[in-house]
Amino acid sequence: MAFALVSWLACSSCTKRQTRVDFGNAHQILYLANGAEPEDLDPHIVTGVTEDHIIRSLLEGLVAEDPVDLHPVPGVAERWDISPDGKVYTFHLRANAKWSNGDPVTSTDFIRSYKRALTPELANEYDYMFFYVVNAEKFLKKEITNFNDVGFKAIDDRTLQITLNNPTSYFLSLLNHHSWFPVHIPTVERFGNPYQRGNRWTRPGNYVSNGPFVLSEWKVNTVIAVKKNPLYWDADIVKLQGIRFYPIERLDTEERAFRSGQVHKTYKIPLTKIAYHKEHNPDLLKQAPYLGTYFYSLNVTNAAFRDKRVRQALAMSIDREAIVKTVTRGGEIAAYSFTPPNTVGYTAEAKISYDIERAKKLMAEAGYPEGKGFPKTELLYNTLESHKIIAEALQQMWKNNLGIDITLRNEEWKVYLDSKKLGKFDLFRYGWIADYVDPNAFLDMWLSFSGNNASGWKNPKYDALIAEAGRTIDTAARFKVFQKAEALLLDEMPIVPIYYYATGYLLRPSVKNWNLTLLDHQPYKYVYLDPAAEKTDH
Amino acid sequence: MIRFIIRRILISIPVLFIIAAISFFMIKKAPGGPFAKEKSAPPEVIQKIEAQYGLNEPVHKQFFTYLKNAVLHGDLGPSYRYANWSVNDLIRSGFPVSLELGCWALVIAMMVGIPIGVIASIKRNSFGDYLPMSIATMGICLPSFVMGPLLVGVFALWLRWYNSSGWDFSYDRILPALTLGGYYAAYLARLTRGGMLEVLNQDFIRTARAKGVSEIAIVTKHALQIGLLPVISFLGPATAGLLTGSFVVETIFDIPGLGRYFVTSAFNRDYLLLMGSILFYAVLIVTMNLIVDILQVWLNPKLRFE
Amino acid sequence: MMTETIKRNAPITGKESVSKGVSLWKAAWLRLLKNKMAVFGMVVLLFLFFACFVGYEIARARGFGHEAQNLSFGAAPPSAKHWLGTDPLGRDMVGRVLFGGRISLMVGIVATLTSLIIGVLYGAISGFVGGKVDSILMRLVDILYALPFTIFVILLMVVFGRNLLLIFIAIGAVEWLTMARIVRGQVMAVRRMEFIDAAITLGVRKRRIILRHIIPNILGPVIVYATLTVPAVMLLEAFISFLGLGVQAPDTSWGVLIKEGADAMEEYPWLLIFPASALALTLFSLNFLGDGLRDALDVRSSK
Repeated sequence: MAFALVSWLACSSCTKRQTRVDFGNAHQILYLANGAEPEDLDPHIVTGVTEDHIIRSLLEGLVAEDPVDLHPVPGVAERWDISPDGKVYTFHLRANAKWSNGDPVTSTDFIRSYKRALTPELANEYDYMFFYVVNAEKFLKKEITNFNDVGFKAIDDRTLQITLNNPTSYFLSLLNHHSWFPVHIPTVERFGNPYQRGNRWTRPGNYVSNGPFVLSEWKVNTVIAVKKNPLYWDADIVKLQGIRFYPIERLDTEERAFRSGQVHKTYKIPLTKIAYHKEHNPDLLKQAPYLGTYFYSLNVTNAAFRDKRVRQALAMSIDREAIVKTVTRGGEIAAYSFTPPNTVGYTAEAKISYDIERAKKLMAEAGYPEGKGFPKTELLYNTLESHKIIAEALQQMWKNNLGIDITLRNEEWKVYLDSKKLGKFDLFRYGWIADYVDPNAFLDMWLSFSGNNASGWKNPKYDALIAEAGRTIDTAARFKVFQKAEALLLDEMPIVPIYYYATGYLLRPSVKNWNLTLLDHQPYKYVYLDPAAEKTDH
Repeated sequence: MIRFIIRRILISIPVLFIIAAISFFMIKKAPGGPFAKEKSAPPEVIQKIEAQYGLNEPVHKQFFTYLKNAVLHGDLGPSYRYANWSVNDLIRSGFPVSLELGCWALVIAMMVGIPIGVIASIKRNSFGDYLPMSIATMGICLPSFVMGPLLVGVFALWLRWYNSSGWDFSYDRILPALTLGGYYAAYLARLTRGGMLEVLNQDFIRTARAKGVSEIAIVTKHALQIGLLPVISFLGPATAGLLTGSFVVETIFDIPGLGRYFVTSAFNRDYLLLMGSILFYAVLIVTMNLIVDILQVWLNPKLRFE
Repeated sequence: MMTETIKRNAPITGKESVSKGVSLWKAAWLRLLKNKMAVFGMVVLLFLFFACFVGYEIARARGFGHEAQNLSFGAAPPSAKHWLGTDPLGRDMVGRVLFGGRISLMVGIVATLTSLIIGVLYGAISGFVGGKVDSILMRLVDILYALPFTIFVILLMVVFGRNLLLIFIAIGAVEWLTMARIVRGQVMAVRRMEFIDAAITLGVRKRRIILRHIIPNILGPVIVYATLTVPAVMLLEAFISFLGLGVQAPDTSWGVLIKEGADAMEEYPWLLIFPASALALTLFSLNFLGDGLRDALDVRSSK
C-alpha cells in the first residue's frame, strides 16, 4: 500500500516518466491504436478494416504478402503451379506449417474452412470472394449440395488444388483477403455452432491460429493483445514479442495518446492536425495513397440527372485540386477517373476535364442556362466533419460555376445507408475501398445488378465489357477492355469522382520495416522496434 | 416508510415494463438495421444473419421472447455489433468502470459545488459571490468535449504528469473525474446558491437572525436542509446519469465504461445492447428518484410519506 | 426583444386578477430597472440580439456572410479585415458567429421557455396535489427519462422531415423533466408552510393558490435552473444537428461552431474562443438578469 502510494506520487510528479512506447521499445512490444472495437475475430464473419488489422497478425492463408508492394509470396504454401490455361492452381503446403495447438496445417483444414465460409447458414458477407471457383456460387445457393463438386480438391495432406471458372490473373492477390484465411475447424466446433455468430472460439485461450502471433488477451473496449507464436513456421524472423491493439474511437484522442507516448502508431490522423504535424513532425507523419476513391453518386432516375449532359457538367465544374490542397490536405490525389492511377499498372486513359465553360454550355444545352430552372436538388452525406466540409466547398463551387443551388442534407449513418438503399437521394457521398489490387475491384461495382450501384445507372454495353475482361487472360488485352469500360463510365458519368484516398497516420521512428502499402496491410512478421531510432528530446 | 418503499418498488414493475415496451418498438421503427454497411451485402445474406438472431420474427414476438429471457433468466441477449459478447458481458465489464468514475465525479461535484454555493449565497453580491459564480458560469459554458482536451493538453501533454487516455492506473482517474465532476460542480454551485437565497429570505430565518442565532448555526441547522432541496431534486436523475457513464468523457479519455453504449448502440442499431442500457439506466433512475423522495421527507419533517 | 420575453413570461405566474396583476408586475419591473447588474445583463442581451439579427445583415452585405467562402485564403487568425478570423474554408467568423447566434438564441430561449412552462406547471400540480396524482405524474417522468433520446430524434426526423420546430419539440421533450422534479420538490416544501394552510382554510381556489402563492415562492431555484438550461439546450442542439434534424450546413449555430472549434482548438483556437465567448456572454447576462428578476419578483422582499 505504502509502496503503491510512493510510486503513484513518483509517477505523477516526475516530469520524465517512462512511457508505454519506451517500455515497448525495450521489450519489442508494438502498441497500435486501431480505430474501433472489433466486431469479432472470425475471418469468415468480419468485414471491417480494424478486424482485418488484427486477424492478419493471427492467421495466414495459402500465400502471404510482400511487405513492400504486397505481391503474393509463399505463405502456408511454399510454392504453387498454375496450369497453362490459367484455371487450375496447385498449392504445395509446407511441412512445418502448424496451428498454435501443435496440429499441422493440412489441405483438409483449408477445404473445411472454405466449406464453412461458403455455407449459406453462416451468411458470410464476403462469400462472393469465392465465386471465381468452380461451382462455389452454386453450392452457396444450394443448387448443388455436395461440396466435393466445388473446385477444391485435396490431392494429399500437403497438396491443394483449386479450379477456377475463368483464368483470373489476380487470383493469388484474392487469397490474401481475410475471407480466404483458414480457421481451425475442430476448435470452432468445440465452442459452439460453427455456422452461427457469437461462437466463443474467438476468445483468448480458445483461439487457435496459424500466423506469426497468437491471441493472448481481449478486454472489450480496452485492448486486444497478441503474442509471438513460437510454433509459426517462420518464427525465426519474427522479432516482435507482441502487439497490443487499442480500440480508440476518437481520432483526436488517439492523436493525443500518440503524443503522450502511449502508442507507436495512430490509426488515422484528424483533419485539423495534419498541417501541424507536417510542419513540426514531418518525420512522424506518414501519408501514402490508399486504394480507394471518394466520389458522389448521382441518382440517374431523377428528372434532372436523366440527362447525361447535366451529369457531365457537374463532374466538370469542380476544382478538385483546391479540394485536396486546401480542404482535405491528407495527401489525397484529385480524381479525374474512377479507378486510381497505376492500379497494378492500369491507369485510366479517359479523364474528366476541369472546364467550367464547357460545363456551362452543357447545362445550357440541357435547358438550364446559368442554372435557371434547375430543380431543387439535395446532396446527402452522413454526418462527419470531413464529409461536411467537402460538401460545403463543392456546393459553393457548383453555385458559383453553374449557378445551381444544391442543398445539403446530413443524416446519421444508418439512416443514410437506408436512404441510399431506398434511392431517397439526388446525389450522395460515397467512398469505395478496393478489396484486392485490380481495376476490376473498382469497375465491377457499376455493373447493372451490383448491390453497390445505387445510382440507378444500368448499361448492358458496360456489363458486357466487364464480363469480357473477366474472360481475358492476357493482362494487356484485359486492361484494354477495362479502358473501354472506364471511358464509357466517364462518358455516361453517373458519378462525380472527387479524390483518390490516402492513408495518413503518425508513426514513431522506432518502428522499423513498416511500409506504407496500397491496401494498408502490414505483414507484422517483418516489423521490429529499434529504441535507438527514438530521438530523446521529444 | 417501509410500506412507502415497498409500494414504490411494486409500482416500478409496470414502469419498467412500459419503458421496455415503448423503447423496444421505437428502436425497431428506426430506419437502418444492425447489419447495414457501406459495402452492402446481398439481401439474402442479411436475411440469414437476421435469422440467426431471430430478427425475422414479428416484432411483438421478439419483444416477448426478449422479456421472457430477461425476466426468467436475467439474459439480456446478444450484442449484434460485438458478436463475441453478450449484453450481460458488456454491462458487467462496463458498469464498474462507469460507477467508479461516476462516484469520483459526484464526490468532486458535491465537495466543491455545494460549499461554494453556500458561501456565495451568504456573501451575496460581494466579491466572494461574484468570483466563484463567474468561474461556475465559465465551467458551464465549457462542455466536457472542450474541458477534457484542455486538461489533457495541460497535464498530460505539457506537464506530462498523467497519461492522456486509458483506464489502467489509479492516476488515470484524475483527469476524467475532474472533467466530469467540474462540470457538475458548476451546476451544483449555482443551484445551491439559488436554493439557499430562497431560504435565507424566509421569515423563520429572519426570526432566527433577530434572535441572535449565529450565521453558521442558521445555515447548518435551519437553512441547508431546505436550501438544498433543488440540489437534491437535480441530483437524483443526475446521479443516475453519472453512474451509467458519460459518452463524451468516456470517448475522450478512451475509458471502457457503459456510457458509450447509450450512444453507439443507438447508432449501430445494436437493438438489444441499447435495450439493456436503457433498462439498466431506467432501474437507476427509478431508484435514485426514490432515494430523492425519501431524502426530501427526511430533510423536511413536515412532509409525510404518501 | 428581451422585454417582450419577460412580458410573455409574466402570465406564467399571475394570470388571475388582471387589475392587481398589472400593478404587481409593474412594481416588479421598476424594481428590476433599479438593479444595475440586471440592467447590464439586459443591455448585453439586447445587444447580442441586435448584432445577430441586424448586424449579421450588415456583415453579409459587406461580403462577410456565413457561407461566403474563400478557399485559397483558408483559416486565418483575427486580422483587421476579418475581426474574428476565418475558418478552413476561408469563411469570415464574424458572419458565422452572428448567424449562429440567430439559431442558438432562438433555440435557447424558445426551448427553455417551453421546458420552463411545462416543467413548472407539471411539477407544481404534482407537488401540490400530491397523493396518487403525484405518484402517477412522477412515474411518467421516470418513464420519459429512460426513453432513448437518440432514437427519438431519429424517428422525429424520419417521420416529420427536417423542421426547426422539431428541434424545439425534441429539446423540450427532455429538458422539462428535471425542471418538473425540482419544482415538485420545492412545491412540496412550500405547500406545508403556514400561509398556504391559511389560504386553503380561507377557501382560496387551488389554481389560484398554485399561481399566486406557490409559484412566486419557488421562483429562485426555477430561474437559476432555467438559466442553466439555456447553454445546455444550445449544446444539445449541436447533437441534434449531428443526427440530421437540426441546422443544415452551411448554416450553423453556436453549438455546432463550438463543437467544430473544439476539434481544432490547438491549431485554430479562434474557431473555439469566439463562439464559446458568445455563449458565455449570453449566460453571464442571463445570470445577472435572472438574479435581478428573482429579487424583483420576490414577494417577501417587497413587503
